[in-house]
Amino acid sequence: MDVLFDIPILGFIFQFLAYLVDAIFTTNLPAQTLQLATPIVLGALCGVLNERSGIVNIGIEGMMLTAAFVGFMAAVVVSDAMPAAEAGIFGFTPALVVGVLAAIGAGMLVSLLHAWLSISVRADQIISGTVINIIALGLTGYLNRLIQPSGSAGTLDPIRPPAALLDLPVLGPVIQMFFTSGPITTSVIIFVIVLQILLFRSRWGLRTRAVGEHPRAADTVGINVIRVRYRNVILGGVFAGLAGAWLTLEFNASFQNGMTANRGFIALAAVIFGRWTPVGAFGGALLFMVWEALGIAIRSDPPPGDLGVFLSGIQATYPSLYNNFFGALPYLLTLIVLAGVVGRSIPPASVGRPYVKEGAT
Amino acid sequence: MTESPSPPVTAPALEMRAITKRYPGVVANDAIDIDVRPGEIHALLGENGAGKSTLMNILYGLATPDSGEILLDGAEVRIGGPSDAIARGISMVHQHFMLVPVMSVADNILLGAETMANPIFLDRKEAHRRIVELGTRFGFQIDPDVPVGSLSVGWQQRVEILKALYRQARILVLDEPTAVLTPQETKEIFVVLRRLADEGHSIIFISHKLHEVLEIADRITVIRRGKVVGTRAPAETNEDDLAALMVGRNVQLVVDRGESHPAGATLVVSDLKVADDRGQESVNGVSFEVRAGEILGVAGVAGNGQEELVEALTGLRKPTGGTVSMGGRDVTGAGPRALQQQGMSFVPGDRHRFGLVLGFSLADNLVLTQYDEPPYVKGLLRDEKAIAAWAKRAIAEYDIRTPSANVNASTLSGGNQQKAIVAREFSRELTVLILDQPTRGLDVGSIEFIHRQVVAKRDEGAAILLVSAELDEVLELADRVAVMYRGEIVAVVDGPTAEREDVGLLMAAGRRAIPPVASDAVAEPGPTATGLS
Amino acid sequence: MTSLRRIWALAAIPVVSILLALLVGSLLISASSLATSPSLNPLLPLIAYESLLQGATGLSFIDVTGGAITFNPSIKPDQAARALTSTVAAASPLVLTGLAVGVGFKAGLFNIGGTGQVLVGGFAAALVGGTVAGQPAPVAVTMAILAGALGGAAYGFIPGFLKAFTGAHEVVSTIMLNSLAAFVIVGLVNDIFKITGPSFARSADVGNAAMPILFGRNGNLGILISLILVVLVYVLIYRTPLGFEIRTVGANPSAARYAGMSPRRLVVLTMSLCGMFAGLAGAFEILSLGYYPAVFGTSIGFSGITVALLGRAHPVGILLAAILLGAMQAGAPSMQITAKVPIEIIDVIQGLILLFLAAESVIRHALRSRTERVTPGEIGTVSRSYGDSTT
Repeated sequence: MDVLFDIPILGFIFQFLAYLVDAIFTTNLPAQTLQLATPIVLGALCGVLNERSGIVNIGIEGMMLTAAFVGFMAAVVVSDAMPAAEAGIFGFTPALVVGVLAAIGAGMLVSLLHAWLSISVRADQIISGTVINIIALGLTGYLNRLIQPSGSAGTLDPIRPPAALLDLPVLGPVIQMFFTSGPITTSVIIFVIVLQILLFRSRWGLRTRAVGEHPRAADTVGINVIRVRYRNVILGGVFAGLAGAWLTLEFNASFQNGMTANRGFIALAAVIFGRWTPVGAFGGALLFMVWEALGIAIRSDPPPGDLGVFLSGIQATYPSLYNNFFGALPYLLTLIVLAGVVGRSIPPASVGRPYVKEGAT
Repeated sequence: MTESPSPPVTAPALEMRAITKRYPGVVANDAIDIDVRPGEIHALLGENGAGKSTLMNILYGLATPDSGEILLDGAEVRIGGPSDAIARGISMVHQHFMLVPVMSVADNILLGAETMANPIFLDRKEAHRRIVELGTRFGFQIDPDVPVGSLSVGWQQRVEILKALYRQARILVLDEPTAVLTPQETKEIFVVLRRLADEGHSIIFISHKLHEVLEIADRITVIRRGKVVGTRAPAETNEDDLAALMVGRNVQLVVDRGESHPAGATLVVSDLKVADDRGQESVNGVSFEVRAGEILGVAGVAGNGQEELVEALTGLRKPTGGTVSMGGRDVTGAGPRALQQQGMSFVPGDRHRFGLVLGFSLADNLVLTQYDEPPYVKGLLRDEKAIAAWAKRAIAEYDIRTPSANVNASTLSGGNQQKAIVAREFSRELTVLILDQPTRGLDVGSIEFIHRQVVAKRDEGAAILLVSAELDEVLELADRVAVMYRGEIVAVVDGPTAEREDVGLLMAAGRRAIPPVASDAVAEPGPTATGLS
Repeated sequence: MTSLRRIWALAAIPVVSILLALLVGSLLISASSLATSPSLNPLLPLIAYESLLQGATGLSFIDVTGGAITFNPSIKPDQAARALTSTVAAASPLVLTGLAVGVGFKAGLFNIGGTGQVLVGGFAAALVGGTVAGQPAPVAVTMAILAGALGGAAYGFIPGFLKAFTGAHEVVSTIMLNSLAAFVIVGLVNDIFKITGPSFARSADVGNAAMPILFGRNGNLGILISLILVVLVYVLIYRTPLGFEIRTVGANPSAARYAGMSPRRLVVLTMSLCGMFAGLAGAFEILSLGYYPAVFGTSIGFSGITVALLGRAHPVGILLAAILLGAMQAGAPSMQITAKVPIEIIDVIQGLILLFLAAESVIRHALRSRTERVTPGEIGTVSRSYGDSTT
């Protein structure tokens, strides 16, 4: 091994790979990745549900942001009104329960607006999504400034499985990855699997896919295209809402303007990367976010050897660039993947096209 | 309606009485009466735009009539929508198949009439069994797991029919079912239809092809301009009679093309290979030449590589092998611009996709391929005056009916849109003219006009390549006919003397022998029709 | 008469959208009075809009003393001149970012990357400006502005190239580029281009490359250049063969290919052009400020979307829309001081205007009038290309 590590420059790559393997199996890098990927996955599920039924949704970002704000405010209000005596499982207090539900509700409500604009009004779907993003940013910023919420409702707690379970061979790292985070993060894997199965094996899934591919064909066999699309877009809002709840009730305990930081758009890229399947989008989200998790790991625990010395040297000379590099990586990676993969993946055929029934003009 | 006592044998399964439907500016259906008996194949004959589709949309619940009534087995019904129609045993096979290409045969058939294992999940196994059983009963076996997009058009149509049977349809409407089929495939589908009728199904067969209607129908109802102009039994009528009823005047369907006087070869194609969007070679080493002053027709069932051939010849698609030369100069792989400068004009098959910018004015569309050439450009700027002057001239010369040159192209009728394209492309200096489906979906008047222009261009010495899915059009115009089958030209025959059946067989099987009966073959993923859905 | 009717057909929906947005905005403003006082103040919107108007134009219509409102139109010439200069100065970068989005629409492209292009253009102008700070002003200013234009164009070129040659849809790629630019430039300013002296991290002074003031306190050269560009863009889009190509690609990319145009070339060219406009806007902002601060937050890139949509992607419409938004921006501080309404209400109103524009068919129906579509038709190509991202 050391021989490999000593090769000039190339040795860095081997050292890095060794560090990565080490990090995956011995640290909480996988769990950290899953956690950071959670809003991306949830946003991507929203995207899959929308686009599979033929609706482009670039407003995921705005839906998340609105949900994050509403969920947070609702939780703070409830927590002020009745401070929780003690927290239940996952650290759920009444305030947090209300907060999460309010976030979901907000996500659904904004989705309803998107559905109405793009399905009923037949506004351009990309414009509709843009409008949602702009309004969400403006309105949450305005209300946040106006209300200036003080205090917080706390956050949901991670699960703490017994140490014995984590030490199990093979199973240990898996449990470490999936069952050491908060409830929203933990539930993500369930959503992904359930949606994947439903999309390809249930009546709902069959109809959804048909409506996204060839709405007129679905219409002629008596399927209500408009209703299927409404239902899917609003259901998508549930997941965007959960992503928002994750931002202010699980990962952070506060709201900042524009805190979604384009996660909604990374989610869209994950949808494309995952070829419009929940499992694929999940993989894409992990791929995008593992680098940010790795950046956190490297900063707190730099790799040993030459690579570590090299990185510390850069960090000392260019601290700001060094930190921002890891922050920028998901966006850079998204861009690269988008440029490299999109050419080969085929979206649902009627995405972005409003449906007009025959004879109705 | 199922509760009603079983009707007498002679009672019609379906009766539509005095159906009237008005759209702004037109009466699409004007008090139409029609009835269909159990076990009967009833043909609905009429030109494009005569009102056949509107009538069937009303029957299928896609449109609401302004007045009139629909009776099933003698009882009046209101059909609120497709699901309502399906529930009452009415199914429709649309001209453009309503199939999802990326989904399997089984999924397409199940859609909307799902067989469920439980309230959430589909029972694919049971569905599979029923589909195979139905197919066997009507004489064709099909693999339910094959994606529909990989089936040939003929087999896609069988999927559509299976879809109807799976829903236990008693009344089956087929809208122009033979438009995309070869004569042989048509015969096969007729066998299936007859079998369905024998089992007691009622079939409404919409068509504008006289010989087919005479062959398959028990009764023929002719519609013209929204009105029923007559109902005939095949035995008591003939093609001339039906044509007169349908068109309302004695049209000269065949343009007098005269003799051609071809000179040297202008467009020479040798061993051309072209791949389709999915990278499959769909033109497989094609060689031919078109001489100045002749029309070479390319016949073939849609999806046998004609589209890719035309795109490669006009520079829209890069060939993967072979050469093309124009007037002795090698133009292999040249782009549209270079070819246009060499004297090629092209009337594309899809006028809304390629030929026009619907949101632009007619005038702008009339210079779409010359916008940067004098006299339409002066210095750095467009010369609006010169463009307007040309538009005025084109409107007069090519009989484009429009309120002005400044209206959007989208407001023109299909015939006038096509005339605008013809005006633009025919008025350039050209040596080679490529026509792809030049009269698809047009009214008789526009077809005549365009056919005359084509013959005139030939007589001026242009080398013309005419690609058309309408065999009749190719036979009427072409001096020589090349038949395309699975990406190859399988024969070139003399146009004026070509036999319809002979060419049809070449189109269907690629040779002049009896093809094997396809009924016992599992659907072959043959040359398929993308973009049909 | 017919021309009046034509103007109404074009302007009805934008005007109604603006009025509706102000109406809904007024509800939010009255609700905001609850945050500062125990009771709802129904007059607050009136006061807020009055101070907004006054701050933007110097015009005043009402006096508010206690709870009473008196109609008293007045104008103070010197205040009006100052206010109008501010409005025009705020509008000029919005004209440019509006063009950065609007010209893209004409080619069927949705450039959401204005924000990043503004940053890169501004940063390039700051770097070059800092280098040529000692040169004579005309030389220094020209070079710094050119650097901004080139920087923005280069940053617009990237998504254009990706779209044309890999199929990456510009809606997602430009947004990723916005984030990337923000991260990288902050790092560069902090670590490499920071000068010692100031209490916060910023680049060197641009010295003689600072924007020349032509009139008033902040009536700078950028205003003039923006106006010239509006005219040039109009001529380019509607009177030249290249503009015809751009519009054809936007309306029907297949027909453009058929007609012998090169959609790829046009996509790259148009995105670069869009980036150039946004880069110029960034350059004007930075050269007015005199340096590039590490923390440089600006919403002009984002507002360009509103400007372009409100202006129907037409140069003249964009000019008018930019003046409206510029007025809101110029008047907002005085509104915040007088009426205690957070300045962010401006963003909300902009968003609401867009919302009502998006629902134009509903408004058209309500007006029962034959008004023209506001949404640029080419936006349909943007959405379709999202579905077609395979080719």
